[in-house]
Amino acid sequence: VSDDLAADPLADELSRELGEAILEIGRGRAGGEAGTADADLTLAVRREDVAQVAAALRSRFRYTLLVDLCAADYPDRQPRFEVVYHLYSFRENRRLRLKVRTAEGSPVPSVTGVWRGAAWPEREVHDLFGVDFTGHPGLTRILLWDGFSGHPLRKDFPLAGIDTGAALHPDPPPPGGAAGPGDDAA
Amino acid sequence: MQPEGDNEALTGAAGSGGEPGEGEAAAAGDVAARSGAVAPRSGEGAPRSGAVAPRSGESEVVELGFGPQHPALQGVLWLRLTLDGEKIAGCQARIGYGHRGLEKLFESFSLRDGVALTDRLDFAAAAAANLAYAGAVERLLGLDVPPRARYLRVVLAELQRLASHLLWLATFAADAGVGGAFLACLGDREQVLDLLAGYAGARLTLRCAVPGGLPRDAPEGWLASCARLAAALPSRVDAYQQLPAEDRRFKQCTVGLGVLPADTALDYGVTGPVLRAAGVDWDLRKALPYDAYEELDFAVPVGRNGDAYDRCQVRLAELRQSAGLITQCLERLPAGPVRLEPAALPGPAEPAATAPPQGSETYFSVEGPRGEIGFYLVGAAGGPGGGGDASPPWRCHVRAPSFYNLQALPEMVQGHGVGDLVPLLGSLDLALGEVDR
Repeated sequence: VSDDLAADPLADELSRELGEAILEIGRGRAGGEAGTADADLTLAVRREDVAQVAAALRSRFRYTLLVDLCAADYPDRQPRFEVVYHLYSFRENRRLRLKVRTAEGSPVPSVTGVWRGAAWPEREVHDLFGVDFTGHPGLTRILLWDGFSGHPLRKDFPLAGIDTGAALHPDPPPPGGAAGPGDDAA
Repeated sequence: MQPEGDNEALTGAAGSGGEPGEGEAAAAGDVAARSGAVAPRSGEGAPRSGAVAPRSGESEVVELGFGPQHPALQGVLWLRLTLDGEKIAGCQARIGYGHRGLEKLFESFSLRDGVALTDRLDFAAAAAANLAYAGAVERLLGLDVPPRARYLRVVLAELQRLASHLLWLATFAADAGVGGAFLACLGDREQVLDLLAGYAGARLTLRCAVPGGLPRDAPEGWLASCARLAAALPSRVDAYQQLPAEDRRFKQCTVGLGVLPADTALDYGVTGPVLRAAGVDWDLRKALPYDAYEELDFAVPVGRNGDAYDRCQVRLAELRQSAGLITQCLERLPAGPVRLEPAALPGPAEPAATAPPQGSETYFSVEGPRGEIGFYLVGAAGGPGGGGDASPPWRCHVRAPSFYNLQALPEMVQGHGVGDLVPLLGSLDLALGEVDR
């Protein structure tokens, strides 16, 4: 526990209650010299414990609202992915950032049992990063189609030049020839 | 609301659907076949009251595709409905038709230019996304916003809320079978859009925020026009409020429609007017104030039953609050610059001085017309343009309110008929652009 948290009773309580599941606790790494420091308390927890930690945060600390769930890719780190949960407590009127680090092929326990609203964002992370979640009721792609190969938000996925299997014009009409799609209304 | 007419339109739409993914390529085409196979019907036009009862132990279950193109949808969305008789027993939403990979694109736009991408999230409320994004960049870089800009941002955000809610009211009243309000609401919205265009130069893609303030000060006469509109609006809202109060058909259609209890709404991460209609007094402008909201006086309208009627009441009351907020801002508008002087802005001239440390991160959100719109930003030091806001973010994630609100739809449709689905979807006020990103 770093110095700037000394005055934060919640940080103490969390580290006491959740114990060894917590790998790291601190403020979000904020930028800028002027330092409008990001005030959100950030917890990094062990991958296998995330569902229990989430359940404890919801029931004991009243983090009722799963505000957001997303991921980020850091290919230079080991493990490379970070799944980030933003929670909000009405009682404390503050947000909390929960993080789990995971590698490709090591699934993260789903928090859909804690917040039903986690179902879609977890599918989105699965779709765009290829991170798997265990215990999810239906982990399929959500924004892209099933035949899509690859996970576009990974850093090694280029912006262009990939054959996605999507053919916009499978049979281009002969120039000046057949009727276009707009003409068949007549 | 004409269920029969809707059904025809729906069946037609289902047949023409081409949808992405998950072994459902054939699903839309199958609907007709399956409805024959799964649901042995007693024949066209036969009475439903059991003149020919379904075989014992076999309920009459039909699958029906809704969308992806449908005139009642403001965007592209495909719903796979399971009908038990005439009632909806299940509903699966398929999204992604409008996925443009915006979150990937953010990674190749500088933090400063990324504002332009946020215009493309929610086509009816670009200002909310602009301001949420600018606020996130400011927190990432530690930039201050001058007081005049903080007040003008509230004016822009509330004008945008007016425009969004008025568009919603016009279309929702039409969905609910009350056509008279349509043109009046759109006429008022047009006045608001004229003001937004007077400031930003565009009606919808406003790009009306920059990290550190606003792109420009208000043009001459603009503030006076805003004041006139804000003064005239409450009497217009009075007229609109007659609509749900007096129109029996509107009440029949909306009371008890799509009830979402507060605890279920919170479980799904539902925010905005849909959450407040369920009785949860939560508005980011009050709970975690930003810009000038802390210094302004306004109320947060809250409903009780969480149905379409209460959602309508909440949004109508918000119109009045927004007009009041604009008036207050104009009265108290401080003088001074609306953005930091270029010398004070971090940029290519002074790389790395205020560049965000690699991996610095922030989450910032504002109360948009549809709920909490937020941005999770991770900074990347350096980059092609140098440091500061000229470098792209390492990661930019959009917390879109419609994404979470739409997810709760299956909870709301149970037991309603297909004809109720259109006003129900309307009452949620979704923007599919931000769902798909």
